[in-house]
Amino acid sequence: MTPRRKRLTAVVLVLVGVSIATGLALRAFRDNVVLYFTPAEVAQGKANGKRAFRLGGMVLKGSVVRQPGSLTLRFDVTDYIRTLTVNYTGVLPDLFREGQGVVVHGSLANGEFMADEVLAKHDEKYMPRDIAGKIAPPPGVNP
Amino acid sequence: MTAELGQIALILALCLALSQTVFGLVGAHRGWANWMAVVRPATIGQAGFVALAFLLLVSAFLGNDFTVQYVAFNSNSELPTVYRVAAVWGAHEGSMLLWALILALWSLAVALLSRSLPNAFASRVLGVLGTISTGILLFILLTSNPFTRAMPAPFDGNDLNPLLQDPALAMHPPILYTGYVGFAVAFAFACAAMIEGKLDQAWARWTRPWTIVAWLFLTVGITLGSWWAYYELGWGGWWMWDPVENASFMPWLVGTALVHSLAVTERRGLFRSWTLLLAIFAFSLSLIGTFLVRSGIIVSVHAFASDPMRGVFILALLAAYILGALMLYAWRAGQLRSSSGFELWSRESFILFNNILLVIAAALIFIGTLYPLILALLKLGTITIGPPVFQLMFLIAIIPLIGLLAVGMHSSWKRARLAPVKTRLIAIAAVAAVLAAILLFTFGGRVRLIVFMGLFLAIATMFSAVSEPIARLRRGLSIPRGAVGMFVAHFGVGLFTLGATAASTYQVEKDVSIALGQSEKLAGYEFKLADLRMVEGPNYVARQADVIISDSQGRVITTLHPQKRIYRVQQQPMTEAGIDVNWQRDLFVALGDDLGDGKWSLRLQYKPLIRYLWLGSLIMALGGILAASDRRYRTAIAGERAAVGAATERA
Repeated sequence: MTPRRKRLTAVVLVLVGVSIATGLALRAFRDNVVLYFTPAEVAQGKANGKRAFRLGGMVLKGSVVRQPGSLTLRFDVTDYIRTLTVNYTGVLPDLFREGQGVVVHGSLANGEFMADEVLAKHDEKYMPRDIAGKIAPPPGVNP
Repeated sequence: MTAELGQIALILALCLALSQTVFGLVGAHRGWANWMAVVRPATIGQAGFVALAFLLLVSAFLGNDFTVQYVAFNSNSELPTVYRVAAVWGAHEGSMLLWALILALWSLAVALLSRSLPNAFASRVLGVLGTISTGILLFILLTSNPFTRAMPAPFDGNDLNPLLQDPALAMHPPILYTGYVGFAVAFAFACAAMIEGKLDQAWARWTRPWTIVAWLFLTVGITLGSWWAYYELGWGGWWMWDPVENASFMPWLVGTALVHSLAVTERRGLFRSWTLLLAIFAFSLSLIGTFLVRSGIIVSVHAFASDPMRGVFILALLAAYILGALMLYAWRAGQLRSSSGFELWSRESFILFNNILLVIAAALIFIGTLYPLILALLKLGTITIGPPVFQLMFLIAIIPLIGLLAVGMHSSWKRARLAPVKTRLIAIAAVAAVLAAILLFTFGGRVRLIVFMGLFLAIATMFSAVSEPIARLRRGLSIPRGAVGMFVAHFGVGLFTLGATAASTYQVEKDVSIALGQSEKLAGYEFKLADLRMVEGPNYVARQADVIISDSQGRVITTLHPQKRIYRVQQQPMTEAGIDVNWQRDLFVALGDDLGDGKWSLRLQYKPLIRYLWLGSLIMALGGILAASDRRYRTAIAGERAAVGAATERA
């Protein structure tokens, strides 16, 4: 092969590789990008028709109810505008506490949220992503 | 007084960093030997004052000086001594000071070990390092001063976050930063070469050991972080594709590409401008990583916007260094073209494809990490990109990469002949295929092509890494230490791949509700909750369970003691998992909550071969140590490794 042909082959190979990679990545993006909503946004119907999404908010104080002896529990997540009841079966992360922020992954069923995952974050100052920005307690409310 | 002295030490360090920059760059440009003579003392002095400031902060922590705000926020009189030291880098301000210290120590190492380099070149390298030191010290003094006093001083401190009270995480930041910041040396070498407009094979030989040492520290740092997340976050994941993790992984990928590309530049004088570009990107990604983790932008773009000073400052620094270096590159890279060529079938080609794939992987992860941030900043909605996306994107690049690696190790420079190694390659492939199939059926379950590929490539890589040096020895060839390092590191890649494939495919996990005396089965093992009691630690109380594990024949294997700790000051619960380790698998038990009705929640996990992924990573780093200690670097830059080792110990 001449050097020019060789270079051309290399460039074509690289281009093919990059486009296959981009195509696959974009497909993965479409299927796996998880949207994030607050209870108020869910109430507005923004989450309707979505298979699974993340719900973020504060765990309402006194709302955690556990079926005695089982891993199943319910709690309310609020953004101080609306409140949504969450059902979950499994071990809770250490950072889950009443009155604190939480992000859960799951889907809506019969007006309640069925969580398959309660998320813990790596950060030393635990605040689920974007709760800080989207939700602020109204003055005088102690979550 | 310590706080004020620390402040003064930082200001003096800043002045010296500035003179390091000015005397280094201007002196070299004008050829003034008396100016260049100032650079080394300035660098040494800068390192001395940064070290002094750091030690003063350490002493404030050891002496429980809660009049210093940073100490009050991150320590407590009950905190064990070793964690009081680790608390120095437990939050933003201190970790920035650690960053500055490590940069100063790398600069010191360069200053002391660069006497064999041309004077003007060494001055330029130190001058460029000085610009970075100046930037970071300014940043600390203006936005993140760890020596600010607390008024009024609290009676006791807020304590270190319990998550960080752990040996692996105490060591994680210094080691990780040594890697991150080490790429600054490669960056400075690259900038100096571009300023001079001259880049030869000697340049690559000077740069290579520094880059390898930085790379190996980054490797160990990431490994420690992964291991910590596995046992300390309590839930048994070893890599979550969390932005914080990605921030350290991107420079690693590009740094790995750089280490390989430098090999080509050194041995063959090729890929010069590409090597420069990689050196710029490796350090840029380290800076971006620091920015992502430390500006708070990951946690919330709004937190970033509400305290914009820090974020904007780092962003400005980022822009200055990256754009400055890229402009220099655009200006000068054209003069650095290499003349010789190579065959498509040669080691150069393999490394070229290795570089392309590594950079593609880094680019995809970069897009995946930043895309949600950009959407959020533009108020276009909040999304998360889940681990499956990253996994897929990563595998796209990494499967062909490991395939090329297994074959490429047998190739030679310039023009490889496939014929002599053909039989051996076929034999390795056959053996690897059989072993992978055996593993696949031993583990059982659904047979998936991708899992077979993972196991096959892992085994083939390990066999290649062993068979090639044996074949060379048989032919009576000697293997220089650099090449030994290469084979060892590549064996590590294989071992890592084996562990990662097996652990992520065949792990079994179960959350159970269990009463005292009851037991539960998982993956052929029986877990019995035998006892629960309260135990007391230095600054926490814990509920501790005795979980007796027995195998399918009922023989007791071990008793694990998972704990749920409550740290007294922050009242935060922490799960300390109980883990039983052997060469085949990990058994992992985490204690959950009191479920009422006398029952407790436990998370049980069975993770086959998971240790090999960390072991493999450490073996990669070991390969780096061997490669960096090759004799041909030592003749040029004597005693280098010892000094870097000492520098790290002090960090």
